[in-house]
Amino acid sequence: MLNTLTLKKAHQAIKSKDISINELITKCTEVSQSKNNDINAYTYIKEDANFQEQSNTKISGIPLAIKDNFCTKDMPTTASSKVLESFIPPFDSSVTQKLRSSGAVLIGKTNMDAWAHGSSTETSDFDVTKNPRNTDYLPGGSSGGSAAAVAADMCIAALGTETAGSIRQPASWCGIVGLKPTYGRVSRYGIVAMASSTDSPGPMTKTVEDSAILLNAIAGHDPLDATTSPQATPDFTASLQKPIKDMRIGYIYHNLAEFEETKSRFEEQLKVLEDLGATVEPAPTFDPHYAIGVYTIVQRGEVSSNLARYTGIRYGGDRSHFGDEAKRRIMLGTYTLSKGYAEQYYTHANKVRTLFMRDFQELFERYDALVSLSSPGFAKKRGASEGQAMFGELEDMLLEPSSICGLPGVSVPCYRDETTNLFLGMNITTPWWKEGRAIQIADAFERATRWNTWRNKQ
Amino acid sequence: MNAQNPSINRRTEAYTLICGMEVHAELKTASKMFCGCTNNPFFAEKPNTHTCPVCLGMPGGLPVANKTAIEWTIKLGLALGCDINLFSKFDRKHYFYPDLPKGYQISQYDIPFCTGGAVETSHGPVRLTRIHLEEDTAKMIHATLDGEKVSMIDHNRAGVPLVEIVSEPDVTSPAQAAEYGRNLREIMRYLEIADCDMEQGGMRLEANISLQSTEQAERGQLPEYKVEVKNINSFRFLENAISHEVERQGEVLDTGVLPAQETRGYNSTKDITFTQRAKEDAADYRYMPDPDLPPFQFAQSQIKEWQHQLPELPGSVRTRWSDTYGLNNQALKMLVVNAEQTAWLDSVFALAEKQGILPKKIAAALVNKQLEINPESTPESVLKTYQKQTASSSVDAQQLSTTIQKILTQHPDAVAKYQAGETQVLGFFMGQAMRVVGNNADAGQVRVEIERQLKQL
Repeated sequence: MLNTLTLKKAHQAIKSKDISINELITKCTEVSQSKNNDINAYTYIKEDANFQEQSNTKISGIPLAIKDNFCTKDMPTTASSKVLESFIPPFDSSVTQKLRSSGAVLIGKTNMDAWAHGSSTETSDFDVTKNPRNTDYLPGGSSGGSAAAVAADMCIAALGTETAGSIRQPASWCGIVGLKPTYGRVSRYGIVAMASSTDSPGPMTKTVEDSAILLNAIAGHDPLDATTSPQATPDFTASLQKPIKDMRIGYIYHNLAEFEETKSRFEEQLKVLEDLGATVEPAPTFDPHYAIGVYTIVQRGEVSSNLARYTGIRYGGDRSHFGDEAKRRIMLGTYTLSKGYAEQYYTHANKVRTLFMRDFQELFERYDALVSLSSPGFAKKRGASEGQAMFGELEDMLLEPSSICGLPGVSVPCYRDETTNLFLGMNITTPWWKEGRAIQIADAFERATRWNTWRNKQ
Repeated sequence: MNAQNPSINRRTEAYTLICGMEVHAELKTASKMFCGCTNNPFFAEKPNTHTCPVCLGMPGGLPVANKTAIEWTIKLGLALGCDINLFSKFDRKHYFYPDLPKGYQISQYDIPFCTGGAVETSHGPVRLTRIHLEEDTAKMIHATLDGEKVSMIDHNRAGVPLVEIVSEPDVTSPAQAAEYGRNLREIMRYLEIADCDMEQGGMRLEANISLQSTEQAERGQLPEYKVEVKNINSFRFLENAISHEVERQGEVLDTGVLPAQETRGYNSTKDITFTQRAKEDAADYRYMPDPDLPPFQFAQSQIKEWQHQLPELPGSVRTRWSDTYGLNNQALKMLVVNAEQTAWLDSVFALAEKQGILPKKIAAALVNKQLEINPESTPESVLKTYQKQTASSSVDAQQLSTTIQKILTQHPDAVAKYQAGETQVLGFFMGQAMRVVGNNADAGQVRVEIERQLKQL
């Protein structure tokens, strides 16, 4: 079963010539085509995906699934909205360009909440994606298609984007690994913008190791994105298989009511970190509920601005093709930016955002990393987001404070419910530019537990 | 206008023009404001050739600020005595129009690069409110194709760096408005940051015009309305448009009605302004800081360095040349064009003085096109040419004496006039004499001989 290989193993098998790249691509494409009727992870599967550029990298020949908000010049790019249904970009995003030149094979585009608005993939104009772990349930979102494609072995690894939870929440719900890099670590050029001040592209993979490999391939300064950092990119795989002894870990959001049902299971898992030699203690923080307000105002404002270009004049459908969620966000954002209100909402929200940054700065003086659940609970049943305008904000509540501050984080599976086959994810947040440390802790945890279904096949 | 009507005469005296200016100018940087596309909107071979995902506003396009454009904007501010904001940023200004690909224009809202400063005019200084940097829009072309009326969009201009210079309402006459515009254009050309081609739209003028009554003036109140006349593309039209507005608004005010707050256009053929858009409320542009562009923090040392790099400005050059060399207005107007030419002329004038030639004479020769204005040529060669041209062959004294004697004998009437005190006939004799001895002759020598002989008669 070539498609079930992890990125690392597929690379080794290619290198040792145990498998051929074309075999691997064909297998992934075939499985994707056959499973997609049920799972609907992809909005587009490339018929003739083939390997072109021989390259001596760890992702050479690796079939990848790409969230449908990355511009790709050989595949439609819709952001799962009918507005862009017929749009094939004349250019590639910087990230997909980087992947291609490293020899990766982009086999298809994955479903998402339309314009990345949501945490269920239910706002997609091209049907909801099912959670492969249990198809009665949602995969989460907005990168739900990428999470499902990885969980269902419809690719070797995938790319998602996160504004606040859109990588880690679906990763958590689908039982895979999701890595949100520091804002500015990975280029946003050529990615359909959602909230420009927090959008972060990142890997969604079978193991933490795979995320480290993929992050190595996409990170770095991009002259086309003024918000990328000019600092050098470390080798993230250097953080793998390293002890976490004496790490000081703060356990945040431990007192939240939203979290009662899953609390004991999560705290059980924190003991694993202690067994590995880390100290774990509850760390008081700003109330994350405030982050919902800040995030909602900032993100809706930026959304209303970023969607202003979709007038139907240049490409795509006109504004009548916007779905309800996009319309709600455009209206709210337009309101909070309007004269007389901007001061009260947008400007004020950004001030509170600064307070959150200071809170994290202080926390990181005491702790090397902060942990919490990635999402308060297990995946919700299909249909759960309907009529719930704040669905995503509540599911992403634990990730919004660090996301509005641009902090990195890794979500790693930390529990599996025997009856439903649904997962919980542990989020590990580290200081700005310290993705390596989050990878180190997540990798140690993954290797020490039985939750990763690729490392521990039943 | 009806100048005969005495009531109109009374009326115009009763109001004072209150006018502020908004001037847009495209900077001539090599690339556009936020992408690497060529900045050459007027001479592109075809429409939509200097374009990319960024200036087309495609999904995923991201702006990266052009550092040269920022430097030039700040230098313009320094040249006009503005305060420079060490912290500044770009903002998104939202409005819908087909020539605006992103649905917003990247501009500057509350913290422009430059604030304050002034433009000097012969009617007094016009204070500046601010100078900010933004991106130009695409260009709409309305045409008939295959019998169908269509509107087309050319994005070659989209994203061209555009400075906006906003003045305080200090302009008090149409002539001052035009002078303000001309001076600004001169300074931008002098700094070599903009061509300010008015016809192509490289420089666009807007005037905010209202009239203040004598009572308001006494109470120090500003008028309660404002009329904006937009997209004027010549200084003469600007002057005409303001004159027309003064008349029009005066007539409305005379009837006891406040002129409508609105945007008007100017029709140069009919020489009138006309309503374009009623402006009941200020438009809500929903300004927000552009999250794609990190804010700027300039070091004071950087600003000082840019200040230091500024050339001497044309006003100062004119004063200096007038004071030091006695150059007249006509010469100053023709010769003070750009920094390169000024530096070249300075070295020509300096060498001329050294060689005992009046710089004023060199200037006159340049104005009369006897000498070529060519900063490529060396001052030495310029002066050599000048000397060759003006080298006066001194005439043989005996021959000159005979010639003049002959002329005086032939024109006894003129001689009589001279003796009667009409000394201007000297010019007549000079003309006659020069014709005989040749134009290259030393005029001074000829004049001295004529005067000597006349006195002896």
